[in-house]
Amino acid sequence: MKLDSRCPTGPIESRWDRARFEMKLVNPANKRKYTIIMVGSGLAGGAGAASLGELGYNVKCFCFQDSPRRAHSIAAQGGINAAKNYQNDGDSIYRLFYDTVKGGDFRARESNVYRLAQNSVSIIDQCVAQGVPFAREYGGLLSNRSFGGAQVSRTFYARGQTGQQLLLGCYQQLEAQVHAGSVTMYPRQEMLDLVVINGKARGIITRNLVTGALERHLADAVILSTGGYGNVFYLSTNAKGSNATAIWRAYKRGAAFGNPCFTQIHPTCIPVSGDYQSKLTLMSESLRNDGRIWVPKKKGDTRAPNQIPEDDRDYYLERKYPSFGNLVPRDVASRNAKCVCDEGRGVGESGLGVYLDFSDAIRRLGADVVKDRYGNLFDMYHHLTAENPYEVPMRIFPAIHYTMGGLWVDYYLMSTIPGLFVAGEANFSDHGANRLGASALMQGLSDGYFVLPYTVGDYLATAKPEQATTGDAAFAEAEQNVDDITQRLLSGSGKRTVDSFHKELGKVMWEKCGMARNATGLKEAIEEIRSLREEYWKDVKVLGSGDEFNQGLERAGRVADFFELAELICIDALERNESCGGHFRDEYQTPDGEAQRNDADYSYAAAWEYQGSDKPAVMHKEPLEFEYVHPTQRSYK
Amino acid sequence: MRLVLHIWRQKGPKDKGRMQRYDLDGLNPNMSALEMLDVLNEQLTEKGEEPVAFESDCREGICGMCGFMVSGVAHGPMKGTTACQLMLRNFQDGEELWLEPWRAKAFPVIRDLVVDRSAFDRIIAAGGYITAPTGSAQDANNLPIPKEDADRAMDAAACIGCGACVAACPNASAMLFTSAKITHLGMLPQGQPERNSRALAMVAQHNIEGFGGCTNIGECEAVCPKEIRLESIAHLNRDFIVASVKNRANVKPAVKISKYKRDPLHSN
Repeated sequence: MKLDSRCPTGPIESRWDRARFEMKLVNPANKRKYTIIMVGSGLAGGAGAASLGELGYNVKCFCFQDSPRRAHSIAAQGGINAAKNYQNDGDSIYRLFYDTVKGGDFRARESNVYRLAQNSVSIIDQCVAQGVPFAREYGGLLSNRSFGGAQVSRTFYARGQTGQQLLLGCYQQLEAQVHAGSVTMYPRQEMLDLVVINGKARGIITRNLVTGALERHLADAVILSTGGYGNVFYLSTNAKGSNATAIWRAYKRGAAFGNPCFTQIHPTCIPVSGDYQSKLTLMSESLRNDGRIWVPKKKGDTRAPNQIPEDDRDYYLERKYPSFGNLVPRDVASRNAKCVCDEGRGVGESGLGVYLDFSDAIRRLGADVVKDRYGNLFDMYHHLTAENPYEVPMRIFPAIHYTMGGLWVDYYLMSTIPGLFVAGEANFSDHGANRLGASALMQGLSDGYFVLPYTVGDYLATAKPEQATTGDAAFAEAEQNVDDITQRLLSGSGKRTVDSFHKELGKVMWEKCGMARNATGLKEAIEEIRSLREEYWKDVKVLGSGDEFNQGLERAGRVADFFELAELICIDALERNESCGGHFRDEYQTPDGEAQRNDADYSYAAAWEYQGSDKPAVMHKEPLEFEYVHPTQRSYK
Repeated sequence: MRLVLHIWRQKGPKDKGRMQRYDLDGLNPNMSALEMLDVLNEQLTEKGEEPVAFESDCREGICGMCGFMVSGVAHGPMKGTTACQLMLRNFQDGEELWLEPWRAKAFPVIRDLVVDRSAFDRIIAAGGYITAPTGSAQDANNLPIPKEDADRAMDAAACIGCGACVAACPNASAMLFTSAKITHLGMLPQGQPERNSRALAMVAQHNIEGFGGCTNIGECEAVCPKEIRLESIAHLNRDFIVASVKNRANVKPAVKISKYKRDPLHSN
């Protein structure tokens, strides 16, 4: 396998313009002759499907939920970055580019990140034109707030429901195309295999989740916008249904997997309350604009937070990072929360929590202003914990939130399989080893609205896919493969439920491949995952049949893939002998406990190639070059 | 904590369905209603009985996927919450709860507590959008929008499309859902060019789908997890009347159910 990032050269400001000009075009009359499959209907998928439909392509869009409006992009709370510089505070495309490369700890491609920063500006325009009700000032102009890792206010938001509003904007644009007839929507369908003919991605096998029927879908190009794989940890802020099956099965058909170990832990989530817990709830990073994070100075201080005087509190982020304070990037905030809890200064019953305190903000701004900014988040916290954050500080703890890793793609968002594109969180491209807050929405929409519509056309015009039908042998083989997996899951006479295995896998991953990792732990984890996987196939219990609505069967297939992916994550983490961004190896830290990168040996993106179930995956390296933002020790002090 | 559950079990659209009793003990008051069903399903699976089908995804009240009747109230007794945010601490130890799917002609049952809500997507497809093809937008700050208008648009846009309003309505009307979108887009200057045709097309689709009419009962507002206000239906009525007088000729053709491949129950 040869990795070619196909990045344009020359001045970074004009790379995307030049690439667009050099792309081949498809004549408007010919576009309707091409069929494009979009798997996923979140920000990247919905925006891409709608935009490709508008261009005149024949688009088939699939999602496993009952409606495209449910995609997990909907749960993003805080906001979306854009280099508009409406605040006149010194922002620019170059600064957003710079912050993102640095925030990603110098493990992302400069060309991609620059394009992302350029597109950010048009995204806000597009969303406002669709009717996204962003927050506004009394004069009627758009409002901004700050997010971690930046010293300018460039985050646009719609209360604490920004993801919802952006998704509904692109969902509506998608539905308009459904009505116009250019997009056909296939909800309650799960992609279970990729079909490759003559080396090109030509279709997918899906399971109709209502009837259980397997279906063959042919296309000239396939796009996966299927989100991240945080649920490999069982407990995460991801939706219950979020899964890695589409990208994992594409990986097994030859798409390289990029940087699987780059997973992000979000610092502000509601702490775990019991082992029945099914997911973790995020409290938006935007809360760190006005909330102050602290723990007691003394170990084992069990006084109620309001009883602890100022002098006995340690506002540890403000103390250690005076220039960024509570707005340090997520990886730094999470790691510091872990440190103070490890020291025995954590709060709450479990000792795994820190305070996020709004009393200063309420005193300064008044409860009404705080309510206007964060009302729905405060309500959500109140519902879940029965504690009123207007009166007592929130308790928060880090949780798995986002995966920077994903299928490897070139500058054109094409994977190592020609004709297979990957967009949004499902690809590995723009965030390096750590994603800054409010950048996921930006990347999803940039890929969907402003990259795929050009690059997919270029592929179709260049590759000119051959005639094929769903009767092709490759379709039959893929369908058989899916059927075999289903039958294997259903045939067992096992005793344990899918969830019990998933929880056990998640525990191994969180303890040994979570906020801090080391070689010994990772080696143990790999062994434990292998034996647990073996047990899974012997002892898992799935009821019902494949010919009906069967949620247990759906979950069983996804967890089977998580087992394989989990192993690759640990192998990748073991291979990367440095700390960078969300990947923190205990062995590699600076004297004051910050991540210690090793640019001489690890300034590359790892792309793993599948070799078959009995052979270890092979790693290929894409060297990363930094012509503009020179790698330095990241400092937020 | 102990609860007695009576849950609607129905294997498929053709099965008649029945209530089934389950006694659950050892529940934690900090669990959500969905985590309670997770616990039940783990127990059922271990016993070899088919687990209860119910939908959920984000489990933080925003995706709109979960929802069922809890003792006759959509999403349960707490105001402004979805089923995933309904914590057991709000019930008495030993209390009996009746869990049933949304019941409406336009929401056929797929299995147990799962219903088909694809009618909502078709109502949006009929006109619940602003036509703004990618790439055609002007600078976002070129058109200032008064904060109060933007806030009111946001209040209506908060709808999560869960279907509780339909389930609560004695007429099984989806007017709160439909009017929330009409209000959201109608409050904004960008939404004006299509305002009339939108109201006509969405209401026409609403009626084709088999939802009932609104008779101002207000049950929808009472159960809405996002507290969408009844006044949005007044907004819809005004737009609909104005549009009916002004430009009847511009109505877009309705989205036919049979033409819709997206709907697995009607697709073949």
